[in-house]
Amino acid sequence: MKKTFFYDTHIALGAKMAPFGGYDMPIQYDGIVKEHFYARQGAALFDTCHMGEFRFEGKNARADLDHVLSCKVSSIKPGQCKYGFICNPHGGVIDDQIIYRLADDAFFMVVNASTKDHDFEWIVSNISSGTKAINLSAETAKIDIQGPRCAKIVKKLLEKPVDGLAYYSFMLNAYRNKELLISRTGYTGEIGFEIFCDKEQALAFWNDSMELGAKPAGLGARDTLRLEMGYPLYGHELGENRNAAESGFARAIASDKEFIGSTTVCSASAVTHMLSGVILDDRRAARAGDAVVDENDGETGLITSGSFSPSLGRAVALAYIRKDLCVTGARVCVRTGRNKLAGLISDLPFYKQATARKRLSEYL
Amino acid sequence: MTPNDRKFTKTHEWVKIDGDRALVGISDHAQDSLGDITFVELPSVGKKMTTGKACCVIESVKAASDINAPVSGEIASVNRDVQSQPEIINKDPYGKGWIFTLKDFSKADLDGLMDSKSYEAFVSSEA
Repeated sequence: MKKTFFYDTHIALGAKMAPFGGYDMPIQYDGIVKEHFYARQGAALFDTCHMGEFRFEGKNARADLDHVLSCKVSSIKPGQCKYGFICNPHGGVIDDQIIYRLADDAFFMVVNASTKDHDFEWIVSNISSGTKAINLSAETAKIDIQGPRCAKIVKKLLEKPVDGLAYYSFMLNAYRNKELLISRTGYTGEIGFEIFCDKEQALAFWNDSMELGAKPAGLGARDTLRLEMGYPLYGHELGENRNAAESGFARAIASDKEFIGSTTVCSASAVTHMLSGVILDDRRAARAGDAVVDENDGETGLITSGSFSPSLGRAVALAYIRKDLCVTGARVCVRTGRNKLAGLISDLPFYKQATARKRLSEYL
Repeated sequence: MTPNDRKFTKTHEWVKIDGDRALVGISDHAQDSLGDITFVELPSVGKKMTTGKACCVIESVKAASDINAPVSGEIASVNRDVQSQPEIINKDPYGKGWIFTLKDFSKADLDGLMDSKSYEAFVSSEA
């Protein structure tokens, strides 16, 4: 199993470790619920070095990426980034990613850990030979710092001001006399940043930000945080056999261009189920693989993620539910291995007080 | 420290004899492994339990786990406090975090369980 640059740090912090995406990763340090609230109310640090980063350059890079990605790359201005899918020809999802436009003809892409090698091969085999593709994953360190108190910490540590950084934009900044890339993105729903740098910078930034009050958070909290926001997790809500359009992320799918898989993704008849939120009536959680059923026990959907929601104080889940039944407020039943749980279909996000889209100046 | 006034199962429950009742909970190791406990399904009072068989469920953020009866007996009472505040089990697994009591329990079943020293050795051998 692979280790990130932070493996020794996690062990020293007493983290509980478990495999994720081929890496031995920290699941929790102080406890999932505590760490969840570090991100919601304070500043949480996540080791995300396991993820993949690619760079694409050349005069055809924009057109090549518009062919490979579901989102509209041509509309991204330098300094901005965009969420989108890498689809297979059948409209299934090979991976979800964020594409950064570094310059007119240069891009940076961030993908999931378990899929990164396959992603890179797939993209390279589907772009023109003149476009230079570089897999930067092995040497790139990545830290996510998230939560309403993180903006002050980042401002204090980085050399250039981050005040003007809007949601889903990025800048080149510097730390310890070396350049790094920082974007106002994340997987928690809170004001936050993703930082791409080298190993030495990452280890130093982790310690410096802990001294300023940031707390380490593991993949357990990362999962409850993203679930409360309704963000998809590859392998749960997204996969090769699930039409990208069923995820409901309309902004990630351009309807006015062709891309690999677009014929199926944009075909209304191919969409039979939609990703929906389910709020359970109690604290007891539905789990991935449980069936959503109607009053006659007929299956109408499938739970893809589920957990107790620390912010809501009850259980929530994401589920693919038959399209005609996806009505906010409708009662649903979930059949678990042990019993039946009642709940109702909910709008997303479940947690509505998140700060990610707020003005950064309010938190500096 | 693992308390030495009770016995332990290989599935990490403890049982403490208090007069004619057997008090049951989960070990500190079990609560630590489960992480934040978010839900406890208590058994029904009066239900007959068989040694080693699932009698209720504890859920943490990550997973659901069965609690097995350490000894056979009849459910005499349940701890409603852990239903409304499951985190009590994380904070005080050997005290306020007890889950249920049994009456008319099998004293012979106790002989098959571990004392605190054997249980500690068992936990370290599992790690």
